[in-house]
Amino acid sequence: MPGTLVQIESKPPRGDWTDPHVEFRKGSICYSAAPKNLEYLGLPNPRVWQPLDADWKLPPDWKRILLEGMKDRLKKYRSFRLFMEICVRCGACADKCHFYLGSADPKNMPVMRAELMRSVYRRYFTLTGRLFGALAGARELTEDVVKEWFYYFYQCTECRRCSVFCPYGIDTAEITMMGRELLNLIGCNTNWILEPAANCFRMGNHLGIQPHGFKDSIDFAAEEASEITGLKIEVPIQRKGAEVLFVMPSADYFASPHYYTLLGYLMLFHEIGLDYTVSAYASEGGNFGLFSSHEMMKRLNAKIYEEARRLGVKWILGGECGHMWRVLHQYMDTMNGPADFLEVPVSPMTGTVFENTRSTKMVHICEFTADLIHHGRLRLDPSRNDHWNVTYHDSCNPARGMGLLEEPRYILNSVSRHFHEMPENTIREQTFCCGSGAGLGTDENLEMRLRGGFPRANAVKYVKEKYGVNLLTCICAIDKATLPTLLEYWVPGVEVAGVHELLGNALVMTGEKERTADLRGEPFAPARESEALHA
Amino acid sequence: MRAFWSLLAVAALVLVGLAGAAAAGGRVILALAVPYAAFAVFLGGFCWRVVRWSRAPVPFRIPVTCGQQKSLPWIRSSRIDNPFTVPAVVVRMAGEVLLFRSLFRNNRARLAGERLVLGENKYLWLGSLAFHWSLLMILLRHLRLFMEPVPALVNRLEQLDGFFQLGAPPIYLSDIALLASLGYLIVRRFRDPMVRYISLFTDYFALLLLLGIAGTGMLMRYYLRADIVSVKQLALSIAAFHPVVPSALSPVFLVHLLLVSTLAAYFPFSKLMHAGGVFLSPTRNLANNSRSRRHVNPWNYPVKTHPYAEWEEEFREKLKEAGIPLEAEHAGNARTD
Repeated sequence: MPGTLVQIESKPPRGDWTDPHVEFRKGSICYSAAPKNLEYLGLPNPRVWQPLDADWKLPPDWKRILLEGMKDRLKKYRSFRLFMEICVRCGACADKCHFYLGSADPKNMPVMRAELMRSVYRRYFTLTGRLFGALAGARELTEDVVKEWFYYFYQCTECRRCSVFCPYGIDTAEITMMGRELLNLIGCNTNWILEPAANCFRMGNHLGIQPHGFKDSIDFAAEEASEITGLKIEVPIQRKGAEVLFVMPSADYFASPHYYTLLGYLMLFHEIGLDYTVSAYASEGGNFGLFSSHEMMKRLNAKIYEEARRLGVKWILGGECGHMWRVLHQYMDTMNGPADFLEVPVSPMTGTVFENTRSTKMVHICEFTADLIHHGRLRLDPSRNDHWNVTYHDSCNPARGMGLLEEPRYILNSVSRHFHEMPENTIREQTFCCGSGAGLGTDENLEMRLRGGFPRANAVKYVKEKYGVNLLTCICAIDKATLPTLLEYWVPGVEVAGVHELLGNALVMTGEKERTADLRGEPFAPARESEALHA
Repeated sequence: MRAFWSLLAVAALVLVGLAGAAAAGGRVILALAVPYAAFAVFLGGFCWRVVRWSRAPVPFRIPVTCGQQKSLPWIRSSRIDNPFTVPAVVVRMAGEVLLFRSLFRNNRARLAGERLVLGENKYLWLGSLAFHWSLLMILLRHLRLFMEPVPALVNRLEQLDGFFQLGAPPIYLSDIALLASLGYLIVRRFRDPMVRYISLFTDYFALLLLLGIAGTGMLMRYYLRADIVSVKQLALSIAAFHPVVPSALSPVFLVHLLLVSTLAAYFPFSKLMHAGGVFLSPTRNLANNSRSRRHVNPWNYPVKTHPYAEWEEEFREKLKEAGIPLEAEHAGNARTD
C-alpha cells in the first residue's frame, strides 16, 4: 500500500529554526525511562514522567547541571569542542540523513541537529555569543530547548553517514552522544535504552534473560541444529579452559530471524571442531550504554574482558552485530583493556594470525569465517541458497566505524550464487541506516522508524524490481529486529537474514543427514527449477 | 534578515574606510594602526584557538572509515580512505586539505514520486575548491608587495596566472575564479532553501566581506589603478616594522586594507577557523588501528561494574539448577561462619 505511505512533504523550510518549540506526537518519540531502571543503574532524577507531559519535572538546578556538564565535556573531548566551532554550514550533510530524507523536518538535517547544541554553546561559552546573542547564532538554554534536544537527539541513530560527506569530518554521532549524556544528567532518557542497559548490567544481557533461561535458549538451538543436521551438536556454557569465548548479541538466541544466524554459528563451530564456550554472565555483545553515555558503555562492556579472564580463554570471537562492533572496535580496549591476559588470536583451523586484532584480541565472526573459506576449510554447497536472490545491507557501525565491507561479501558470494548489490550511493561507507539504531527501535516510535528507514527501503525496492531480490542480508541485530517491519511496509516480499544463516544453509557438514530444507524449514529449490529460475 | 545585517555591516565598513581616507588622522589609523592591530589579533587568536583544541584530549579512537579495513592479508584494504598507519593518515589528510576529498563524495537526494533518487552533485566541491585555491594564488601574488627583490616563484605564479594575456592589464585567472566561486557560494546561500534556512549572520558576513575585498582589489588593478609604488612602500615598511605612510594612498586602497584587516581580526573568532580545525578532526586524522594498537584515554577512570562474583551470588540457585559451573561452590558453605 505504498500509496498511503508516510507523506514526505518536500516543501522548502520556512521560518526561523531558533524557535525551539517542538510538537511531541505519538509515533515519533520514545517514552521515558521507568524510574526503577534509573534507580538500578544509579542515574539521577528517577521519576514518573512522559515527553508528552507539559511538566518534565526537571531538577531545580537543571540549567547549572547542563552547563557544567557541557563545560566538563568540552574539556574532555577534542571532538566535541572542535565540532562546536568549525562548522561552516555548507549544507553538504543536509540531504545525507535518512531522518531528514524521510521526514523533511529541517531540524533533522545533521547541521541543524548540531546547531541546536552549538547555539547554546555560543551563548554560554564564546565571547561573540555572549556579546551579540542571536546575531552570533546564540540561544538561551530554556526548558523548551531541553525538550527540543530530547526530541532531536533521540531522533538520530548515530549512523555517521553525514560525517562521511563533511569536509571536516564533523560527526553528528559525537554530538548526539554528548547531547544524550547531558540529557541523562537531568534524567531525560528513554526506556527503550535504559531498560536494556539495566537488564544487561544485572542479568548480563539486554533482554533480561536469567542464566537458566540463557541455557534453555542455547540448548534449544543446539537441539534444533542437531535435528536439522542429524549430528550431535553441543554448546559448552562457561567452560573454563576453552580456547575461545564467543560473544553474540542477545537477540541471536531470543529473536527471529536472528535465531537462524545462531543456528549457522553453532553448525559452523561444530563442523570445524572449535574449542569454544559461551557465557551467561557475558551474554551480551551489544551495548546500549553507547546510546546513553560513555560511562554506561564502559560499565556494560567490562563483563567481556572480565569473563574472558575468569574462563582463561585465549581470545574472543564476536557475532554479527552493528553497534556492538563499534564498541568492541573503537572503545573496548581503551576503556577496559589492556587485554594482556589474552593471546593474539590465531585461527586453530588455518593458522592465520589475526594481526589486526593484536591488542584487543577480539575477532569478528565474518573475518573468522572468510578466512576459513579462503583456505578451503569448509565444504559449501551454494545451490542450497538458490531459493534466495540476495542483497547485502552494510550495517552502519561495521561500515563506518570499522570498515568491515569485503568479509561479509566474500562469505555471501561463497555461499550463494545470486548476489546483487544495491546502488553504490547506498552501500559500503555510504550505506543508509535501518532508521532504528541507537536505541530508537521501539514500536511507539514506529512512524519515525518507517520514515528514517525509507531511503534504505527505497534501495532495496530498486534491486527487488531489477533483479528479483527476495532476501536482504545484514550483520546487525538491530537490523534483523527492525528491517522486517520496515520492508513489510515499503517493500513487501523481501525477507531479512544474517550472513551466517546462509552459511548454515550452504555448509556441508561431515556426516550430516540428507538436508532438504533450509534453517527456516523452507525447502531448497529443486535443482532443475532453480537453474531455470536464474537462467 | 541575517543576510541584510551582514550586508549592512560590510557597507558600514566601506563607509568607515572612505571617511577615514578623507579625514586627516584617518589615513594613519587605517594604514598603520588597524592593520597592525588586526594582524596581532589574528596571530594571537589563531594560536590561542589551535592551542586550546590541541590541549583537549582525544579519549577514543573514532575515525570514520570510508573504505575496506585492513584485516586479512588477501583482502585488499582501502589504504587512504581507511588508513591503518600514520603515513596513510597523512595522505588522507592531504586529500582532505588540498583536494576536499570528503566534499567530492557529495551527491544530491531528491524525491521523484515515491522514489528517492541520488544524483551527482559536484558543484559545491568545485566551487569551494576554486575559491580556496584562487584565494591562495592571490595571497601568494601579494607577496610581491612585501618582498624586494620579488621572489622568482611569485613572478612565475603571476605569469602562469595571467597566461591568457586577455586585456590590459592582463586579467588573472585566479581573479575570475575567485569572483565566480564567491558568486556561486553567495547565490547558493540565498537560493537553496535548505542552505538559506541554516545560514547565520557569520555565513553571509564572511562571504560578503570577501566579496568586498575581492571587489576593491580588482577595482584597483583593472580600473582605478592604485599607485603601486606607494602601496609597496607602505607594505615593505609595515613588514619591516618601520612604518611610513606614503601620501599617494587612494581611498579604494584604504577600504581594501580595512576590509582585509577586519577579516584577519574576525578570523579567529569565527567559523573561518575551520582552516586550522580541519587538521585536528579526530574522525579524519586518526588511523583505524584500534584493535591492533591500544589507544590510551588520559582521563580513563574506574566505573561501577557488576563483577562476576556478585552476579554469581545473585543467581547462585538458578545457575546450580541449570548445571552451569560455579566459581564459588565450596566457598558458599564456608561463608556461614
